[in-house]
Amino acid sequence: MTTGVSEQVAEWLIDFSAQEDAEPWLQEIRTEAFFRFSEQGFPTTHNEEWRFTNVAPIARTNFRNILSPATDIPLAVRKYLAKLAPADHPFVALNTAFLNGVTVHQVPAGAVLDQPIEINYHVDEQAGPPVVHPRTLIVVGANAQCRIVESYSGKGRYFTNAVTEIVAGEGAVVDHYKVQREDTSAFHVATLAAQLGRSTSFSTHNISLGGALVRNDINVVLAEGTEAIVNGLYIVNGTQHVDNHTSIDHAKPHGTSHELYKGILDDKSSAVFNGRIIVRKDAQKTDSKQTNKNLVLSDDAVIDTKPELQILADDVRCTHGATIGQLDAESMFYLQSRGIGKQQARSLLTYAFAQDIIDRIQVPALREQLEKFLFEKFHEHSY
Amino acid sequence: MSLLEIKDLHATVGDREILKGIDLSVNAGEVHAIMGPNGSGKSTLAQVLAGRELYTVTGGSVAYQGQDLLELSPEDRARAGIFLAFQYPVEIPGVSNMYFLKAALNTIRKSQGLEELDAFDFLTLVRDKMALMNMDQSLLNRPVNTGFSGGEKKRNEIFQMAVLEPKLAVLDETDSGLDIDALKLVAHGVNTLRSPERSMIVVTHYQRLLEYIVPDYVHVLAGGRIVKSGGKELALQLEKEGYAGLGIEDEDEVAAV
Repeated sequence: MTTGVSEQVAEWLIDFSAQEDAEPWLQEIRTEAFFRFSEQGFPTTHNEEWRFTNVAPIARTNFRNILSPATDIPLAVRKYLAKLAPADHPFVALNTAFLNGVTVHQVPAGAVLDQPIEINYHVDEQAGPPVVHPRTLIVVGANAQCRIVESYSGKGRYFTNAVTEIVAGEGAVVDHYKVQREDTSAFHVATLAAQLGRSTSFSTHNISLGGALVRNDINVVLAEGTEAIVNGLYIVNGTQHVDNHTSIDHAKPHGTSHELYKGILDDKSSAVFNGRIIVRKDAQKTDSKQTNKNLVLSDDAVIDTKPELQILADDVRCTHGATIGQLDAESMFYLQSRGIGKQQARSLLTYAFAQDIIDRIQVPALREQLEKFLFEKFHEHSY
Repeated sequence: MSLLEIKDLHATVGDREILKGIDLSVNAGEVHAIMGPNGSGKSTLAQVLAGRELYTVTGGSVAYQGQDLLELSPEDRARAGIFLAFQYPVEIPGVSNMYFLKAALNTIRKSQGLEELDAFDFLTLVRDKMALMNMDQSLLNRPVNTGFSGGEKKRNEIFQMAVLEPKLAVLDETDSGLDIDALKLVAHGVNTLRSPERSMIVVTHYQRLLEYIVPDYVHVLAGGRIVKSGGKELALQLEKEGYAGLGIEDEDEVAAV
């Protein structure tokens, strides 16, 4: 028997108890969350949801909790806080238990924001090792329009345990981007929960580049006539591990979801894609498409990809597909036959594989920054 | 000294021998047509010259400008002035035609000790060549061959050849799948590129292309060997009498032997 749940929880209980009490409404949320966490502790690979991602390195580490500075949480948004992200997810529970400050953005109904909302979480602390619990809540009013860019980065060995909740009102247009460029020694576990109103148009782009051990849970709930684009790009090498669990819940009729996740794996890295699509009984005329494509550049990299369709309505269109492949030999020869060196050809084709995700990014500065980053990454990597 | 000297070339794919002793000598400025039925080894010869790894050379030699060509990687062959116009140009989504061709041209220029071209100079250079091939400039911004029609792909090959200015161009069934207008356009592009310094090997199944690209020599390839060589009149004889007129069986019967 390895470390029992009670021992794991004990360490966290000390830090939890040491927190200053928050206002009663918040303290209640925290206590409830800690109770949920303490009931189950960290998941093991016996848990189907965590089968391919072993979080023992996180469970075993005695982290030093660093609380976000307390913020004033507007009354109007309190009803959403900790209501969207799944409360029984152990890492969400842990985040909520240490909830202190929240990054809140409210976009008034009908407002059209020219500039993207930029949210940067950076970990510079070294001692501990530290764990941070970034918490973001974005409430977009009816018919409002905005773009959100969340960035995660840091230095050294630390653990980022993030939760982001987004509520979009009727007819809103929301483009969400998450760029994860953590240190390659860091742990990163994050949940995004988006509750979308009727006829909203929502897109989320999950760009995962850094981290030693990364888990993303993306939960999107659609209403009637909602359009959702759920895209992701993960690029791993060395011994990096990234796990993307997405869940797209068609709760009402006439919803459309397009999901495209692409991964590039090199060296001894590993990745997981688990794409759940739920079409509820009422959600007739749902149109859902899921695609996961993987480019595997080495013999030792491992990818586990699994669609999970739960379709309870009968008049729907749902397609899914997954591919795992290497660089195309004919394309390589074509480029080489024009004088382009083997390594440059490899870089070019690898970069090209990621291109269609990058092309869909609607924030020009972010797109350019990522293009440059990827271009340099694949060049530096062309041995 | 000839530009290209192929001696007793043997090549296999897997366990199967496709080229069974090819001899061919090409001098600067000459256009050689290689004709032959399906499965005779024409395309294999073209790909072996360009360095396709799928084929293994099991015997013989190829000297290019007096150097052992078979030692060179595909990219080094291209840098030394060899160009293969593909029978089936490859679609490469995500790489723009412009980026691809500029990278190719600059690598080749660099290896020849020439300065690399910036975007402006490159565009100036390609504008005329695009006009020659009656290609719309918007094709430059599209991914390589992606969504191109058959004719556009073949024109794109000759356009690339015009930009890269090779010393030896190997055209692998550039006429296949083209209607007569597209064929004339491609042939016009090729003829414009004929010069005393540039040699060409034109691989084709049909004599039709050779009405527009008139070769200096015609070779008939069958069963992995050149069975007959002659002047351009040989192509006409083939047109009239067919491969059977030369005592050659078409297709798989030959390959199966």
